[in-house]
Amino acid sequence: MSDSLQFDRAGRLRHFLTLEGLPRDLLVRIMDTAESFTSVTEQQVKKVPLLRGKTVVNLFFENSTRTRTTFELAAKRLSADVLNVNIATSATSKGESLLDTIRNIEAMHVDMFVVRHAESGAAHFIAAHVQPHISVLNAGDGRHSHPTQAMLDMFTIRRHKGDFSRLKVAIVGDVLHSRVARSEILALNTLGAREVRVVAPRTLLPASVTGSLGVRVYHDFDQGLAGVDVIIMLRLQRERMTGAFLPSEHEYFERFGLTEARLAKAAPDVIVMHPGPINRGVEIDSRVADGPHSVILQQVSNGIAVRMAIMSLVLRGSDDAFPGVVL
Amino acid sequence: MSRERIAIVNGRVIDPASGTDAVMPVYLAEGSIVALGAKPDGFTADRELDASGLVVCPGLVDLCARLREPGQEYKGTILSETRAAAAGGITTLICPPDTDPIVDTPAVARLIRSRSQRAGFAKVEIMGAMTRDLAGKELSEMYALRDAGCRSVTNAQFPLANPLVLRRAMEYAATCGLVVVIRPDEPSLRGAGCVHEGVVGGRLGLPGIPVTAETVAVAQALALVEESGVQVHFGQLSSARAVEMVAQARARGNPVSADVAVHHLHLTEEAVGSFDAHAHVLPPFRSTADRLALRRALAAGAVGAICSDHQPHELDAKLDAFPSTESGVAALELLLPLTLQLVDEGELDLATAVARLTCGPADIFGMPVGRLAKGASADLCLFDPRTAWSVEQGQWLSSGRNTPYWGRPMKGRVWATLVAGELVYRVDGSVFGTA
Repeated sequence: MSDSLQFDRAGRLRHFLTLEGLPRDLLVRIMDTAESFTSVTEQQVKKVPLLRGKTVVNLFFENSTRTRTTFELAAKRLSADVLNVNIATSATSKGESLLDTIRNIEAMHVDMFVVRHAESGAAHFIAAHVQPHISVLNAGDGRHSHPTQAMLDMFTIRRHKGDFSRLKVAIVGDVLHSRVARSEILALNTLGAREVRVVAPRTLLPASVTGSLGVRVYHDFDQGLAGVDVIIMLRLQRERMTGAFLPSEHEYFERFGLTEARLAKAAPDVIVMHPGPINRGVEIDSRVADGPHSVILQQVSNGIAVRMAIMSLVLRGSDDAFPGVVL
Repeated sequence: MSRERIAIVNGRVIDPASGTDAVMPVYLAEGSIVALGAKPDGFTADRELDASGLVVCPGLVDLCARLREPGQEYKGTILSETRAAAAGGITTLICPPDTDPIVDTPAVARLIRSRSQRAGFAKVEIMGAMTRDLAGKELSEMYALRDAGCRSVTNAQFPLANPLVLRRAMEYAATCGLVVVIRPDEPSLRGAGCVHEGVVGGRLGLPGIPVTAETVAVAQALALVEESGVQVHFGQLSSARAVEMVAQARARGNPVSADVAVHHLHLTEEAVGSFDAHAHVLPPFRSTADRLALRRALAAGAVGAICSDHQPHELDAKLDAFPSTESGVAALELLLPLTLQLVDEGELDLATAVARLTCGPADIFGMPVGRLAKGASADLCLFDPRTAWSVEQGQWLSSGRNTPYWGRPMKGRVWATLVAGELVYRVDGSVFGTA
């Protein structure tokens, strides 16, 4: 599926919904742009006037303070005006349709919706129905896609490892319910990673995982970790115990939790990542989460630069780039 | 019933029930067929229809179509949907009981019947609810439903509390002489699924419905049929394995039959594309191998009928994130052209295709329609198998525009439809509005 919805007639990125169908060059450009923004975020005055006069609306149908905060900071550092709309506790619970909610906020002359929604396809639906001058940025839809998270993870990997073509990457845990895993797999394959593995019990993998996602599947954690350069741990939701996916957190940690002993099976300079929030003692041991291989907090700080890069690429009104910033 | 005496001349008459396929005249009087071929003595036509280049066949019989009345008139009405049926060459419609109120009492069955008779565009039969309020727990009053004209009972897409309820419902329905219709669907395996559990659902992160949601329900019902000998009809099968199970049960002499929805013979999980809500349908469009198996089972006769599984919706029903949209396709007007496409693709010969739309479904429910015999009700469809057209506003009569085929080219067009000897549709529009 090449998602033509994401590009305008001139072939420029109009919405950022999924990494499916995005060319490698574009992913590299996002990372290059993010690189130039990291200096901005480290300055005393952490602002560039790139999106001055633009209005970004964080439209969160699902609560997530962390993700919303990084989008808000990214937009503010680009000098955009930011409006936070938390729909989980407002309009749709009063029976307003998704489309009506969009129409109402659209009428306030905004430029970008940053959308988070519990259902797969929500960002696509909104992108297909907004006015032509509005861009939609997917901040996570159901189990489908979380493309900015995947890009900040790629950016973090690149900063540590450089060339993707040598890398073996293991994604561990609840792939079935994970939009992060789906987007990361797409990104890693597009960027030419040597091998992408998923490690999980069968209850936490999509039925046709190799056909639909393009990965090597491991059900044994130790085998799956052998020689890998990057380990991405996924968050395990508590409700998986009640849905007959798993018997207990204890047994899960025994078999699929990342401990120091297990980490020794991976390459000596392995990096450990997690999209957060982490469940210590469920999918990851504290000594690993806080240990020397962990880059989990760097992921968080990289998130702002990467989201600035994506917002500016999608929203730039003209091609005259801000001096010193690669667009 | 029309008192008009009509001669349909020069048409290619295809009546699969009798094996007829020849150019011959058909004579109608008093709402019935009075002769095929030789003109009866003293017959003078009030009206002659020149069917040169057309196929003349029995009016189509659709085993599953929702008209939405009573209760959901914002989606469709008996008038709007039976008009669409007439334009699709369909003269008999069988409707599931999931209206509001539900058809678990004779009063609702009679209401639908009388309103459809007043509309006059098609014969409407109603499946009774198998359980009270379709709640899956207590039996409905099946004798009363039968006396109100129902030939079958079903719980439609709603689950039964347990297999014991199904067993008792089958036994009681058989006592009343009713056919049991099952839409096989094990709810715990379907869960919150909205697409086929396969490659596309995996990629889009849409909750999947495994094939076992269908096959487990089919296996359970087949085991009960083997024990009791009760006649069961499976509606809208979607998977290769399910039609294989039905074929095997038939080969062992069990009284089971099956139909498929016409769009399942053409579309696969790929139709979901990039979250296209028009491809949100239950059971879901499955794999290419499943689609091929459905076509083969149809040709071999294990699947005896093609239905529209017509489910018209208002526009808003499809305007949301994919999992929140309502499932279903409006398909009355595409039942014939999509079936003819199977003939073009070499899957069926024309006579078999017509059989699966006429005598095939009629025989499953024991209905005296779907055949061109002397003395039979003059329900006919005249169609041009070659006319090309495209699915668009202006020609579309159903209130539901929810079809993945919007804007797509079709071949084969109904030219005229007659119900009990009355012209209810002509492609030039000349008879619309008379009812």
